[in-house]
Amino acid sequence: MSHLPISEDELQAYVDSALPEARRGEVADYLAAHPEESERVRSYQAQKQALRALFNPVLDEPLPEKLCVLSSPPVAKASSPKSGFLARWSLERIAASVLIGAISGLAGWLAHGQYTPERMARLTPLSYQAAVAHAVFSPDVRRPVEVSAEHEDQLVAWLSKRMGTPVRPPKLGALGYELIGGRLLPGNVGPVAQFMYGDASGQRLTLFLSTENVSNQETAFRFAQEGKVNVFYWIDGTFGYALSASIDKDELARVATAVYDQIERK
Amino acid sequence: MDSRAILAEIPRLRRYARAMLGNRTAADDLVQDTLERAWVRLSQWRSGSDLRAWLFSIMHNLRIDQLRRPTVSTQSIDEDDFEAPTRATQNDALEVKDIETALGELPDEQREVLLLVALEEMSYAEIAETLSVPVGTVMSRLSRGRERLRRIMDGQPLAARLKVVR
Repeated sequence: MSHLPISEDELQAYVDSALPEARRGEVADYLAAHPEESERVRSYQAQKQALRALFNPVLDEPLPEKLCVLSSPPVAKASSPKSGFLARWSLERIAASVLIGAISGLAGWLAHGQYTPERMARLTPLSYQAAVAHAVFSPDVRRPVEVSAEHEDQLVAWLSKRMGTPVRPPKLGALGYELIGGRLLPGNVGPVAQFMYGDASGQRLTLFLSTENVSNQETAFRFAQEGKVNVFYWIDGTFGYALSASIDKDELARVATAVYDQIERK
Repeated sequence: MDSRAILAEIPRLRRYARAMLGNRTAADDLVQDTLERAWVRLSQWRSGSDLRAWLFSIMHNLRIDQLRRPTVSTQSIDEDDFEAPTRATQNDALEVKDIETALGELPDEQREVLLLVALEEMSYAEIAETLSVPVGTVMSRLSRGRERLRRIMDGQPLAARLKVVR
């Protein structure tokens, strides 16, 4: 009976016990006749054992809290009474901490002249800035925006000019949110933009765009809950994005995904 | 998606991330990003399909994104960083330490395949699907990775068996 030559792939499969029984025997015979190959296979098997010995103990470590939390559906998490801890971070507190941060940052600047954008940005993270801006402007019924959606072209031209880079509001009509307008806001070291959207029920949603301290970074979606405001934020290319609304996390995630997809498609 | 099912996968995601990145904080951050992205993309998961493979492929893609754009890595300081190592120490011979160092010297794509085979015990076809590459690519990465790891550990020159890849 003639044996097919043993391929490299089959040797690998032999190491992983992934060969059919009959072929396994043939490979074993081949190895018995080729000590060098046999040694190589033994060494690969030892590698597998060593990797398991090295990393299997991770399986028994207690899970960090931040990972445990993420095993729950976000909806259940948002409505669960356990969110008391987050609720304690009321907007007043956040606003106060932002103010304290800004004052101490300014004091440091005046005292030492060691002002750096990174330092200020660390004091007021994107999600906080966005949540506070949302809380300040979204309840304003009469003047929620500086330039309304009727003048979208002007809004786009103006914000692009002030931000120093093309800025365009994503279209969220398919999700029931229509553009109300936008405004320019002071960020940590310069201008940032805010677009506001509203649905038929009057629910408002803001998209905060910053170009500060985000160069050459990319992050996955991150979620923050600041008082009653839920925020999804992420960094992509030259922009930091933060989408804020007082709607549940699941719904907000859907809108965030749509925003992300539109930006990606550009 | 069931919480218990997710919870059951976290230790495996952590083990793999730790082995890939060699750093506890970075590994747990990657797992966190993976779970967050999984919730955001929940609609893309087909109920009844393999949850583990789906999560591993999300982690793989996140990692590719990270590698493509060099990020400024941040280290969060929390009590975890001051914890004594908890892994088993009875096998702490040179051999085990050596494989950790040697593993870190492998190209990412080879390390990935080696770990999915050794730790996750995935079939070659499952790995191909998780990484979105043909099975043939999985096999060649496995073969080159194992040989390279052996040579690094033996202190042999690497060039000998490495051929120019088309």
